[in-house]
Amino acid sequence: MLSIRHIVKEYDKYRALDDVSMEVEKGSIFGLLGPNGAGKTSLIRIINQITAPDSGEIFFNGERLNQSHIERIGYLPEERGLYKKMQIGEQIMYMARLKGLSNDEAKRRIKTWFVKLGIESWWNKKVEELSKGMQQKAQFIATVIHEPELLILDEPFSGFDPVNAEVIKDEILELNKKGATIIFSTHRMESVEELCDSIALLNKSHKILEGRVKDIKNTYRSNSYLLEYSGSNAEPNGNAPFTITETSSNGDEHHLKLKLNSGANSNDILSYFITKGHISRFEELIPTMNDIFIDKVNKMN
Amino acid sequence: MNKVFLIIRREYLSRVKKKSFIVMTFVVPILVIGMYGTMGYLMAKSDELGDAKNVTVVDENGMFRNNLKNVSNIKFSYTDETYDKAKAKVTDKENAYLLHIPASLENVEILSEKKAGASMVSSIEDQMNNLVKNHKLVAAGIDTAVLRKAQSHLEINAKQITAEGEKDADTLVAYGVAFLCAFLVYMSLFIYGAQVMRGVIEEKTSRVIEVIISSVKPFQLMLGKIIGIGMVGLTQFLLWIILTITLTGVAGTMVMKGNPAQVQQTMMQASPAGANSAVAQSTLQKPDKQDMKVKIMQKIQQINVTKTVLTFLFYFLFGYFIYSAVFAIVGSAVDNETETQQFMLPITLPLIFTFILSISFVINNPDSPLSVWLSLIPFTSPVAMMVRLQFDVPAWQLALSMGLLLAGFVFTTWVAARIYRVGILMYGKKASYRELVKWFFYKE
Repeated sequence: MLSIRHIVKEYDKYRALDDVSMEVEKGSIFGLLGPNGAGKTSLIRIINQITAPDSGEIFFNGERLNQSHIERIGYLPEERGLYKKMQIGEQIMYMARLKGLSNDEAKRRIKTWFVKLGIESWWNKKVEELSKGMQQKAQFIATVIHEPELLILDEPFSGFDPVNAEVIKDEILELNKKGATIIFSTHRMESVEELCDSIALLNKSHKILEGRVKDIKNTYRSNSYLLEYSGSNAEPNGNAPFTITETSSNGDEHHLKLKLNSGANSNDILSYFITKGHISRFEELIPTMNDIFIDKVNKMN
Repeated sequence: MNKVFLIIRREYLSRVKKKSFIVMTFVVPILVIGMYGTMGYLMAKSDELGDAKNVTVVDENGMFRNNLKNVSNIKFSYTDETYDKAKAKVTDKENAYLLHIPASLENVEILSEKKAGASMVSSIEDQMNNLVKNHKLVAAGIDTAVLRKAQSHLEINAKQITAEGEKDADTLVAYGVAFLCAFLVYMSLFIYGAQVMRGVIEEKTSRVIEVIISSVKPFQLMLGKIIGIGMVGLTQFLLWIILTITLTGVAGTMVMKGNPAQVQQTMMQASPAGANSAVAQSTLQKPDKQDMKVKIMQKIQQINVTKTVLTFLFYFLFGYFIYSAVFAIVGSAVDNETETQQFMLPITLPLIFTFILSISFVINNPDSPLSVWLSLIPFTSPVAMMVRLQFDVPAWQLALSMGLLLAGFVFTTWVAARIYRVGILMYGKKASYRELVKWFFYKE
């Protein structure tokens, strides 16, 4: 869908993107993650052709990125807003028409969306008269009104209250089901990791990690498990299939972190503890994206 | 191009639909006409409106008794009382004046509680001088009949020799039109240029800018905004012109209906035949005010209205394009309106400088080298050329000035677009001139 190849962007001797490449698969949800200032917004602006890279190329469905693709991309910037003095319906009409929709088509689609999100009676209201939540909904409609093939959402949930965030999230997932490719950009890595199929990690203008979330997590698995049980204190000898890395007890309630020895599997842990007492919790400790990111950055240094 | 049209439409409609636009459109012509109406009314009725001035004449010479004519609001009366007695009567009274003429005619005085106006004094002086001159001529043995015939009432008509024949070259009307046009261009460059700047700032502060430029190029947005607001300006001017013409037309017919006889009379006097009657007048009098007004009307008609209006529109439009592009740079460089101050000087300075020079120097020396240069340089020509236009500009200079203005417009817009595209995405960074130069050299 989107192939980003060796992008370099410099601002005034500061390199915002240094040889960044990544592949976004069609129909996937792609997370563009990284701390503030990593270069995410610079990259997104290049994809949206707001700025141009100093070198490197981007391919959209195999074609070199050009002006005709603008109408096939929907962009919700982090810094977003609407004309305060303009009526909300008229305003979304304007933005839809700028994306190449005809007058009638734009009107029809906006009406449908307004009904869907429950703001149909607000068509003639000026933006400044609307609540923040309604402005956000309107902004979202403006982003997706032209049914883009690629939807780029920069910090999409910032500024939304939890209820509206959920509404918007469901709409995004539905668009994805209908075939839209979605790029989430955020510095709050935990917020989207469960949504994403693939991610790319940016740090200090460099891409430091890319791949399917499942694969990345598999690579970063450390065979660590969390186990809680009530019963007698376990004092495993050398034959146990694991080693205890952390332990805390409260009476006969025990909370353990274990590392599986090589050659053993998780069932071996269970069968060991099943004789010791009553198991209340058992799960594999998988590192979060945040953990992976910190680990990765530390390793680089 | 379709997108630019959409932007123009939004910029235009969102402004034209505003209440302030509609109010401005109707209030300004009414104010202007009201102002001129009041001025005209006051001028016409000044004689009646001004308090009658009673001048008591103590004529110790005897030559002037009963010979001073009552003019407009000056009424003469004569007294045999002594100077001191008459003086006592004048004090404590408003509009009472004492004209003391000693026998020697030296040290003639006018006394009053309020200071006598200059026009009143000169009017009396004229009459007295004339009387003394006549008296002396008669004393020298000139026949009074000859004397009457010798009185003349001359007026100089300034005519200009042109290819089409002689042309009236009354500078007064040209002055008025030149000033008005220069002032209108000057004001509108400020008003509509600042609107462009505010529009850019609005998009920046409301953060709508990034949404928009993900659909259109920054240059298209800037161009659409500038053209849209320019059309608002044109609409406003057009409505003003139509409204003013309609309103003056209505007002004019109302005045005509008011006293057709008087108008008829003035028309008669304005005709060449009427001029002969002036010869019959024995004392010199300023030309009749009504007479003068009709003449001014004729002079206004002699101005090439079409040429003036078309040239005005050209210089307004392209002058506005140049300045609004610079205003757009300022808007893109700042985060809010209070920060614009530091960048305003380079815009306002050339404009104010040209305007002041135009109405003081160019208007009096329309063909001096400085005036020619001012009317050629793109940043100063919109105002300066509007002044020079009323004093016959050579065609090649007008063409060159227009060509340079067009070139200046293309150049300024190009520079502005390069800075604008970077500036609109910059937040929280205090822009300096150095920063702007840097932005200009950023690659796409």
